[in-house]
Amino acid sequence: MAAGAAAATWRSFFFFFPRVPLLPQRLSAACSRRSSSGAAAPKDKTPKTSTFRPAASSTHDWIGPPNPLSNLRPIVYHVPENESELEKRLRHLRQETEDWNHEFWTKQNITFSKEKEAFIISQLQAKGLTLRDEDGRRRALNSEEMAKFYKSFLDNNRTRHANYNKEWYRRNFTITLLMARVALNSMWRTITKRSSKKTT
Amino acid sequence: MYKTPCSRLSGFVGVSVKQKLVQNVPRCNQIARSLIHLHKRDPSKWLTYQHLNFLKRQYVSKTSSELQQRAIPKQSPVLTIVDERDDSVERQVERIPTIEAVATEAAPQPQDVTSKAQPEVSTLKSKDVAAKKGSVSRVVATTEETPHIHVESNEAKQARLDRQWKELKVDVADLPDVYARLAKIKLTALVVTTAAAGYAMAPVPFDPIMFSVSLLGTGLASCTANSINQYFEMPFDSNMNRTKNRPLVRGQISPLHAVSFALVCGVPGVALLTLAVNPLTGFLGALNIFLYTCCYTPLKRLSISNTWVGAVVGAIPPVMGWTAATGCLEPGALLLGGFLYSWQFPHFNALSWNLREDYSRGGYRMMSVTHPAMCKRVALRHSLGLIGLSALAPALDVTSWTFPVISLPINLYISYLAFRFYRRGDRSSARKLFFCSLWHLPMLLLLALTCKNYSRKQEDGARPPAAIPLPLPAN
Repeated sequence: MAAGAAAATWRSFFFFFPRVPLLPQRLSAACSRRSSSGAAAPKDKTPKTSTFRPAASSTHDWIGPPNPLSNLRPIVYHVPENESELEKRLRHLRQETEDWNHEFWTKQNITFSKEKEAFIISQLQAKGLTLRDEDGRRRALNSEEMAKFYKSFLDNNRTRHANYNKEWYRRNFTITLLMARVALNSMWRTITKRSSKKTT
Repeated sequence: MYKTPCSRLSGFVGVSVKQKLVQNVPRCNQIARSLIHLHKRDPSKWLTYQHLNFLKRQYVSKTSSELQQRAIPKQSPVLTIVDERDDSVERQVERIPTIEAVATEAAPQPQDVTSKAQPEVSTLKSKDVAAKKGSVSRVVATTEETPHIHVESNEAKQARLDRQWKELKVDVADLPDVYARLAKIKLTALVVTTAAAGYAMAPVPFDPIMFSVSLLGTGLASCTANSINQYFEMPFDSNMNRTKNRPLVRGQISPLHAVSFALVCGVPGVALLTLAVNPLTGFLGALNIFLYTCCYTPLKRLSISNTWVGAVVGAIPPVMGWTAATGCLEPGALLLGGFLYSWQFPHFNALSWNLREDYSRGGYRMMSVTHPAMCKRVALRHSLGLIGLSALAPALDVTSWTFPVISLPINLYISYLAFRFYRRGDRSSARKLFFCSLWHLPMLLLLALTCKNYSRKQEDGARPPAAIPLPLPAN
């Protein structure tokens, strides 16, 4: 009840602001421009982890469940029929960034698990304990011992992380700028189309 | 489906319960389906205690504080939902090779298992080829579980994953909820509360309009800062359990949409503060946004100094509240800011203590990971500092002398917990300190408010009345 009332007040609050409805409008303008090009060509790119392909008549991008290795969600990009140069550039950049991100995080997570495993085994061996105790369960180290590993992992990968950071910020910013340009372009095109329709 | 009685619970409790419900409902559906499936099989495979063990395991892994590195002891007979569960990646990585171990150790298993396991292995090839490299040594014993339930669940798992593909379009009905999560509405509410405390503590007549306007402006500025923070941190948030359900991670809105929302909140917010309140407050609001988005957020991955910058970010809202009331930066404002600054350390250090693995894997440089001893020392130092600041309050004419006295019990308590954390440095003492900090700050501000000094300093108060009678005799 409280949540519903809160949601209702939020909705009324936001619709009171004249600017906010423009946002879904802008986005839906971009979307409708994509969908107005009719039945889209099916995306022939296979998503990395799932064998599922979004339906051929898709008019939007599709986003999937998180990849179990990189925890990032794959996106299948919709290619509209009259794709402009700018939109193509945007799509390629997004796809490339997604792949690059996926690669980095997969490597990161796998390296982390491997090194953690090696650390646990080496610590247990140093203590003279077997990997499993009498019940057949794995021994675990307490958080203080694990903290040494966490610290060394961070220190060893410091430069790599810093470089990834810089690159990610750069890409994110470029993608957002491109998206803004594409959105403005499509809005301009809709406006000019409408005004040309009126005059003819 | 989500309009259960629990949705009526308001506030933090309701949200956390609701979140748990939301997480559990799809899992319960899945469990129900697979249990029904089990039931249809022959009697020897009916529901036994082992199959219901997953229920225990859920709670064990969630509530047990000491269950850190241990992998889940038994193979789960029912699959967990990939994205909703509070899993670390290793568990996913670990389970996959077990399937192959089952397939290869054909001897104890019934024949249908191996034949069924093979197509599963091939479909999972793309996933587990890389995973296998790291996890061969971690084959978990599964002899007590009946493996064919596993296989059944894998097909169901694949189907369920396929269903989770969603169209990337904006659902207007969801937008308010998305915006609330993008702006970290609970954190914003706390920030606005501290600003309100700052306003209320200022020794000037209370102006409700100015009060509301300054709170609104502060809230909008906070929404902006939080949105930009989420925009910058998208891949990192995906990899941390605490943050993986954020709107940008889930693709509910595009990055451009998030930035637009931030601009729509920030520009009017700062403008409101500058024009309707005073330029100083507007400047502080803009400064805070800049500090949070351009200093704190990148620094989180570069150096431990991010915690100190973050403490300053937390200290500015009460200062803003005070300057909104009085129009100038006074020692009282800085004192209130000092309270927030010092409080931040026991609060954040305790919180980050239990998230060390996630921070390490995500590449965040936090004191708790890289300099654990310093982390505990700083938390203790600043908890004690709170006592000192409380004693300073009457000296600066912010409160009366009763304030240090009545705030002493809670300040001593948090210092005691910080001391325990310093000595023991374990998960439970960290958690205790964190939860104490959550109620300590509101209590402290409330006590300060009750002991507020309503009059200004004596010289300012005495001068105007003395000045007035002088011209009269001349007339």
